[in-house]
Amino acid sequence: MKRIYVNEKWCLGCHLCEYYCAFANSGSDDMVKALKDIRIHPRIRIEEKQGISFAVSCRHCAEPLCVKSCITGALRADNGVIAVDKNKCVGCYTCIMICPYGAIMPGVDGSVVQKCELCTNNAFGEPACVQGCPNRAIVFEER
Amino acid sequence: MNYVIIGNSAAAVGCIEGIRSVDPDGAITVISKEPYHVYSRPLISYLIYGKTDEQRMKYRPDSFYEDNGVKAMLGVAVEKVDYTKRRVLLENGEQVPFDKLLFATGSAPFVPPMAGLDEVKKKFSFMKLDDAKVLQSELNPESRVLILGAGLIGLKCAEGILRKVKKVTVVDLAPRILPSILDEEGSEIVRKHIEEQGVQFYLANSVAQFHKNTACLKDGTELEFDLLVLAVGVRPETKLAAGIGCKVNRGILTDAHCATNLPDVYAAGDCSESLDITVNQQRVLALLPNAYMQGETAGITMAGGEKSYNKAIPMNAVGFFGLHIVTAGSYDGEAYVVKEGSNYKKMVSKDNLLKGYILIGDVARAGIYTSLIRERTPLDSIDYELIKEKPQLMAFTAAERAVKLGGARNEN
Repeated sequence: MKRIYVNEKWCLGCHLCEYYCAFANSGSDDMVKALKDIRIHPRIRIEEKQGISFAVSCRHCAEPLCVKSCITGALRADNGVIAVDKNKCVGCYTCIMICPYGAIMPGVDGSVVQKCELCTNNAFGEPACVQGCPNRAIVFEER
Repeated sequence: MNYVIIGNSAAAVGCIEGIRSVDPDGAITVISKEPYHVYSRPLISYLIYGKTDEQRMKYRPDSFYEDNGVKAMLGVAVEKVDYTKRRVLLENGEQVPFDKLLFATGSAPFVPPMAGLDEVKKKFSFMKLDDAKVLQSELNPESRVLILGAGLIGLKCAEGILRKVKKVTVVDLAPRILPSILDEEGSEIVRKHIEEQGVQFYLANSVAQFHKNTACLKDGTELEFDLLVLAVGVRPETKLAAGIGCKVNRGILTDAHCATNLPDVYAAGDCSESLDITVNQQRVLALLPNAYMQGETAGITMAGGEKSYNKAIPMNAVGFFGLHIVTAGSYDGEAYVVKEGSNYKKMVSKDNLLKGYILIGDVARAGIYTSLIRERTPLDSIDYELIKEKPQLMAFTAAERAVKLGGARNEN
């Protein structure tokens, strides 16, 4: 299946992927209204230090430890895409304890978790972070 | 092939999903004393709190047994296992033949003898859905609840009921709360937080004698209560397995494939022991992720596939009144400790490996630490000083990151 891959050599550390992610998950169709003057909670996060930067988001592992560890059954793999059922999640953070990539994080109010769910249901057919990356440092490919 | 699973919780589900990843056709039978569709036991405190309900606490969808071709015999207890004839004998007289058998029997509350306990009319365990339902039906705004045991079960119960009752008091023999997962300093932070919510603790103390609704503590304190919750400890359910000659220590002994010493018999979850790689010892690791992964390993092995479970460690993620705690591994080694307000971090290393950690408050990306323990990552192969600051992939080499994030093949 297609997954998100990053090439840190191409990453500019511009954080646009974080804004595109936050916008894609805001439910709004106006980027300014969705993001202006708010602290964003993107599901993709940039790590940066001394000129090195790269984006981290869910790897959609073939053997997902988060799904196996989820105490409620809220995390499930559907055709390889790992998604969280916010209605079932109780915010115990067992998935945060087990994800080797640190790619699952508390949602806005902390009561449930959030993660990249590969938002491909848009005009481009690829996740918003990939679409928004100005330097092709994030790609959506079959490998 | 006839697979039979005794038990119907996380280990059983892991086993079913493991079997079905290899064998789509074999007959699977699940037998459970409890009459319910598989549900998540740790959610019973959230049920009372009101954060979930019986429908949402189902661990798998309503169609789970049907989707997986499982015959679910629920609400019926197993009398014994006839290993020679490869049959499970049920209390209702039925017999269920098996080719491969999994014990996923879990654990049961352990109640030590206490003087006068018989006089206490309203006493409860807090392990199963039925326990939660019975307790919930007895709670009212005037209830004074006494909980024996300041471990995970007792304290999650305290959190679940606190807003529904007049008073919650917790008594424990140990001098600190959550002694199995926290050190002294971490324990104190969490205790203070829980006390601020209104829970009262009597630690390094115990009940010398019950007189009806009064508990006389060892130090002379007399506590009046209406309801008593017994959360002192749990014991693995090993009787059926021991009855057919499975080797049992504290739990049923298993190898890396979750096989017992008897051919065709497996065990997984809270009833069994697994090898804790942080101390290299067989231990009961009574936690849900472990149960699932053991069950899955057993299932794949039972169906003829190849799977080992060799990364078992103690690990817990738990929150109390909004304060999150994540712990993993063991704490014998060189400690690095940072305390800032209610945030607490302890990392313990030994022999060039991370052996354990405690995070309280800020638990972001804790899994990166857990992974160092589970994968036995040599600390000199990463920037340990950097990762001590916070969990981050920056601490790995660029080549390792290319594998983790860039889809490169592992160079090893």
